[in-house]
Amino acid sequence: MTGNVAIVIVSHSALVAQGAADMVREMVGDEVRVAACGGNPDGGLGTNVAAIREAIDAVYGPAGVAILVDLGGAETNSEMAIELLPEDQQDKVIICNAPIVEGAVMAATEAAGGSPLAQVRATAEELSP
Amino acid sequence: MAPDLVGRLLDAAVTTIRDHAAQLTALDQAIGDGDHGINMRRGFDAIAETREALAALPLDEALQKAGMTLVMKVGGASGPLYGSLLMAMGKAGMPSDPAGVAEVFAQGIDAVKKRGRSDVGEKTMLDVLVPTLQALQTGAANGASIGDLAARIQTVADDALAATGPMRATKGRASFLGERSIGHLDPGARSSALLIEAVCGVLASEA
Repeated sequence: MTGNVAIVIVSHSALVAQGAADMVREMVGDEVRVAACGGNPDGGLGTNVAAIREAIDAVYGPAGVAILVDLGGAETNSEMAIELLPEDQQDKVIICNAPIVEGAVMAATEAAGGSPLAQVRATAEELSP
Repeated sequence: MAPDLVGRLLDAAVTTIRDHAAQLTALDQAIGDGDHGINMRRGFDAIAETREALAALPLDEALQKAGMTLVMKVGGASGPLYGSLLMAMGKAGMPSDPAGVAEVFAQGIDAVKKRGRSDVGEKTMLDVLVPTLQALQTGAANGASIGDLAARIQTVADDALAATGPMRATKGRASFLGERSIGHLDPGARSSALLIEAVCGVLASEA
């Protein structure tokens, strides 16, 4: 399963991120590695660059990682976390412009079939308004 | 460079954010998600914890380290935005005159624009940063001293902040409110004005 694209879910809320990850595991199974990440450095609502980086590291593989985010700061902090990765990994970690829960399930479904990162992203982004 | 300039700049920045955290949060409650003061305070508290180590560094290195602290500790979009500002300013090198300060500040602002995919007129921190830069560039070209510039720029930043009130937000959380964002000061513009005023206060007392 490490050959598949992995998913990282970044929400302002740890509970939302965890819940979305649970839904992915329930609906898609464990063919796809999923990491969830939410909350600011004090544990309140918000996002945390260091925690996002750890979540990426936890699931990273050569096929790459698709990140699903909720609101503004989650995206900005995810972009920052990507820039902190080793240079050879940065191109393989992308943020999908898609709703967090539906996007995570769709991305994971696509990833479970062994699709490349660009296809995983495209499938998730079909849900974008 | 004056002794402990870095330390005094840090102290002034930390003090103003702590003193105004409640106000920043109140502004953010009106048009954002109500955490700007809390987030900025968390970031600047973290900077305060490393104050002695930062103060021992040259200005450019201190800016880069302080920027990284904000990125890691703030917990909202303002972390990468202010962090990118400081890190890019630090990477731009050590300024020796007002024109050099303007160039360093310009590099920082470019990083904020890139990070936020934003520009002036969208009711953000850039609506304070950019007019401040323009005043700095004009003053530097006219041969003004750092002391004179510092005094004048505090007024420029204040006026620029006030000008965010009537703007309609098209970037960030406040853009969800559309027309209803009009009439409120932008919280990020307020924190930018506070930090600019704090830095100018230190530099004006230098001169």
